Amino acid sequence: MTKLEFPGSALTTDQWEQIGRLATSLSQEQAIWISGYFAGLSHQARAGTISADVLEQLAPPSRSVPGEAPATRLLTVLFGSETGNSRALAKSLAEEARAKGIQVQLADMADYKTRRLKDEQDLFVIASTHGEGDAPQTAVGFFEFLESRKAPKLPQLRYAVLALGDSTYERYCEAGKRIDRRLEELGAQRLVDRVDCDVDYEDAAAAWMTASVAKLAPAAQKSTSVAASVAGAQSDAPAAPAFDKKHPFQAAVIDNIVLTGRGSSKETRHIELSLADSGLTYQPGDALGVMPRNDPTLVAALLERLGLSADASVTVKQNATTLGEALAGAFEITALTPRFLDHWAEITGTAELQALRGADHAEARAAFQHNHHILDVVSKFPARGIDAAQFVAGLRPLQPRLYSIASSLAAAPEEAHLTVSTVRYALHDLPRTGVASGYLAARAEADATVPVYIQANDHFHLPDDDVPILMVGAGTGVAPYRAFMQEREVRGASGRSWLFFGERNFRSDFLYQVEWQELLKNGVLSRLDLAFSRDAAPKTYVQDRLRRQGRDVYAWLEEGAYLYVCGDAAHMAPDVHAALTDIIVEHGGLDREGASAYLSTLQRDRRYRLDVY
Amino acid sequence: MDVKTQPDRSRDVSQPLDKLGPDETLKANSDYLRGTIKQSLVDDVTAAVTASDAKLMKFFGIYQQDDRDIRDERRRQKLEAAFSFMARVRLPGGVCSPSQWLKLDALGRAYGGDTLRLTTRQTFQLHRIMKHDLRAVIQGLREVLLDTKAACGDDTRGVMCTVNPNLSKLHAEVYALAKRASDHAVHRTGAYGEIWYGAERQETDGPEEPFYGRTYMPRKFKIGFAIPPSNDIDVYSQDLGLIAIARRGKLRGFNVAIGGGLGRTDQAPKTYPRLASVIGYVDADKLFPVIDAVMSVQRDYGDRLDRLHARFKYTIDDKGLDWIKAEIERRLGCALAPAQPYSFTSNGDPLGWTKGEDGREHCTLFIQNGRIVNTPERATMDGLRAIAGIHKGTFRITPNQSLIISDIAPEDRPAIEALMREYGLDEFETRSALRLNSMACVALPTCGLAMAESERYLPDLVTKIEAILDTHGLTDEPITIRMTGCPNGCARPYIAEIGLTGRAPGKYNLYLGGGFHGQRLNKMYLENVGEDAILEALDKTLGHYARDRKPGERFGDFTIRAGYVAEVKEGRFFND
Repeated sequence: MTKLEFPGSALTTDQWEQIGRLATSLSQEQAIWISGYFAGLSHQARAGTISADVLEQLAPPSRSVPGEAPATRLLTVLFGSETGNSRALAKSLAEEARAKGIQVQLADMADYKTRRLKDEQDLFVIASTHGEGDAPQTAVGFFEFLESRKAPKLPQLRYAVLALGDSTYERYCEAGKRIDRRLEELGAQRLVDRVDCDVDYEDAAAAWMTASVAKLAPAAQKSTSVAASVAGAQSDAPAAPAFDKKHPFQAAVIDNIVLTGRGSSKETRHIELSLADSGLTYQPGDALGVMPRNDPTLVAALLERLGLSADASVTVKQNATTLGEALAGAFEITALTPRFLDHWAEITGTAELQALRGADHAEARAAFQHNHHILDVVSKFPARGIDAAQFVAGLRPLQPRLYSIASSLAAAPEEAHLTVSTVRYALHDLPRTGVASGYLAARAEADATVPVYIQANDHFHLPDDDVPILMVGAGTGVAPYRAFMQEREVRGASGRSWLFFGERNFRSDFLYQVEWQELLKNGVLSRLDLAFSRDAAPKTYVQDRLRRQGRDVYAWLEEGAYLYVCGDAAHMAPDVHAALTDIIVEHGGLDREGASAYLSTLQRDRRYRLDVY
Repeated sequence: MDVKTQPDRSRDVSQPLDKLGPDETLKANSDYLRGTIKQSLVDDVTAAVTASDAKLMKFFGIYQQDDRDIRDERRRQKLEAAFSFMARVRLPGGVCSPSQWLKLDALGRAYGGDTLRLTTRQTFQLHRIMKHDLRAVIQGLREVLLDTKAACGDDTRGVMCTVNPNLSKLHAEVYALAKRASDHAVHRTGAYGEIWYGAERQETDGPEEPFYGRTYMPRKFKIGFAIPPSNDIDVYSQDLGLIAIARRGKLRGFNVAIGGGLGRTDQAPKTYPRLASVIGYVDADKLFPVIDAVMSVQRDYGDRLDRLHARFKYTIDDKGLDWIKAEIERRLGCALAPAQPYSFTSNGDPLGWTKGEDGREHCTLFIQNGRIVNTPERATMDGLRAIAGIHKGTFRITPNQSLIISDIAPEDRPAIEALMREYGLDEFETRSALRLNSMACVALPTCGLAMAESERYLPDLVTKIEAILDTHGLTDEPITIRMTGCPNGCARPYIAEIGLTGRAPGKYNLYLGGGFHGQRLNKMYLENVGEDAILEALDKTLGHYARDRKPGERFGDFTIRAGYVAEVKEGRFFND
């Protein structure tokens, strides 16, 4: 917390200043504790029983004494069940704890929000084992998270594990053992030793539950320590760094998976990058700049065609480096530019290239550029005896690529997720890949780093929480909407939301399918309309879905909805615009001119927002 | 009835819904199985239906499944599981016409992943149907007078009937009754026509389900007709088994057997397979009153609190066989006559050509695990389509997943034989007796219950066991071997001489000692073991059998005599 504004009506200036001083000195966990403390205090005050006893019982946490348990602690009973046994045990455990006055919540690994884990205080886990040491099928996602590098450190956590299994299997109770082991690795403190239960689990489980609850029961948790030293606490926040386009941050790759299923005609990836310790922040709708490196096989091919050594010296921006490094990381070496064409025409003196120069030949030049990369020109029109400096003089600096961020910091703190479609095609019988998408596909492996920076995209941010939003996106254009929905879910935003999504095939290309389903179920997403163009004839696109829902789309706009369009600029955006015009003509009783004006007004009011590429 | 014999009614249909299991509330509130199936079918955000609609659709013979081979992969890709549906046809007695075959073949090719599956209850399953294709499949079946009613769900499942082609006249009589029994016991709800054919809802004069009511049966209920000496339908595995009693080739009536059922759950000792108990005899004209009486006793007294304990077999063992029999007789209005003598000799299929008493010819084909598909080695699906194109008789699916091309005029035989040769469908002659008596359920990747492979694995395992049989000179000895991917028992593993049920990938329970013609349950010999242990155990027991068997002694009988396993005299002692 860096800034404190709006003291609110109930506080005096003096009180507010005290809070301000306190707030800047608190660690995160102390702040959390204090918010719970004041909540409890106000409850007690209403009941008219506030007393010194209460204050004594509610000793605040010192930063490194996890053994102490103030009454405001929350116990989470988390279960992963295959046949229902763990679920039933978890329920009775929760009841037993509640009966002892402990604040309890029950959670199923199947739908547990893993980002909650870092805020858990006391965690009792009951886990069944499936087959040979596997997690219960509904809990596989939770296990994957916990055992991945995404799992947060958990020094504040106290926990206990009850493992269920069947001793006829070799890897008996392994799922519970895995959790027990992993929580320890993450720095959590084991309150009670794990108990492994066979199919006749009842007695052993009951004993474990009683022992575990006893450790938390108020009698046992009455604190003897006095208030911890608040003054000793230091803010851990690093000094604000200045990562930007010129000084990108080396973001570690957390995950890089292919979203498109088997049989897809595309390869669309979900890439998670860590912004930890970068100080970088962003809003949903912002973009991430990625500085790629060129494909090493392309670099090698160019050097070979040019007859140059990778070790040849070359100067880039006053810095001496090798040609190999310059081609890999400093210059665009794929697409053909007019500048390179001019340059190469002069070096080689080739008539065919000369003929493409000049304003009169723009069309022919464009066609040639479309069908030839730098590599093709260098191969087709070799230049004998050229040196490294001569070659790079025709190149332009390698540019970062922007991707809409597909996550919200509120849901995925210190992370940025990208949705990237890998561009692959053949030209002159050689396989080619997009510069950045190919780089991210082939070389952004887990633990590698990617140079990134934040590119704010102010015109594509969310409106106020209560404003309805219409989101139209095809393919990777859906990325910012994932960020929107994550943000609105965490904020508990009340505004309705409606997504129109289009891709090729339902089975393989429904990007983030289960997430949309979950958002619909939770009501964070109000409506979802889909267009899969290759599943049935005639082909259906997002604009067709908009037209089909024209009456409601118009009603939403009339009710003040913000309209977002993200994705392909060449076809989708104009087609969507045309569909919107038709809708306003049909349902708004306007002529085409009037409809055009209607959309212009929306744009001027910043209620019709485009992010197309 | 005096107070002492008043049965416990705390778990049956007499209780309010909140005292019963959740499925009872689901059925009761489903508006006779309508639920929200229509809405689920048009929800384009998911290839699945809601969990409650998935349960209701079972009553219409449709199971929601997903490709388990790629379940994990898709979860990581943030895609839902690759859902599809299995549709099971209602085909009493397994008899179908060539035109019906051709329609099923076409539907399998268009919507069912280019394959058809013959089941252990004598019918077809189409797999991998997409949600939006379900109506087309069911309407296609309707064009050839077939439906999928009650092929799953808490109702009367497909009615089985011995296929025995030799006794043509008796088969015709019993088959006709089996078909009538299926039509008699099937549910009546208009939901089927409304959902799948787009029919308008009709007002009914009386209740929509006069027999079942709003909550249908407590669980599935299986009826089968056996014609001795063949026990191909495994009559003792049926909830209601009817054993045809004939005199001079003419049907007189049936011995009534009740309470069979093979499903069980691992590590749940209260669950067990049970063979049906023969409780008496009725003349054929009393058949339908008997079916109603038996089914209504289970409908009214079956356990509706715990679905693991809801089959008729548990109702019988809880209330006592005598009490159940008396209640059936009370509802019937007369006593059952004493059971008539009968004897079974086998539950397998005699493969190859036979001639019926009327001179018509029949050929029983071995279809490994009932899988009709074209493979690089053998175009079984194409071959059977070609045969259906010229065949004038019928097809009969056997309970062992074999297929009979039935009722062929002698002059038509050469053309059919030629097609069989062309497509390699006559190769059963070269297979071991073990393979011909093998049976596996579908299991992975489509069955949601499977814990281990079955259909995709048993053929390989049999190859390895064949080597053992060869060493001991037992290649021609018929031994029944059955495998399922879970303990539910779809391929009736608990009455096989060698039974294998899946526990985890690559791990099975091994059961020995079943009766060769289905008269005795087997017993667990090894628990949760892999292939090496299975083969080692079979090498030992089969070797011993080859050395020490008595003349005519079956492998299942031998393993008991030699002390490898104890004889299971009653299902309740199966887990002891």
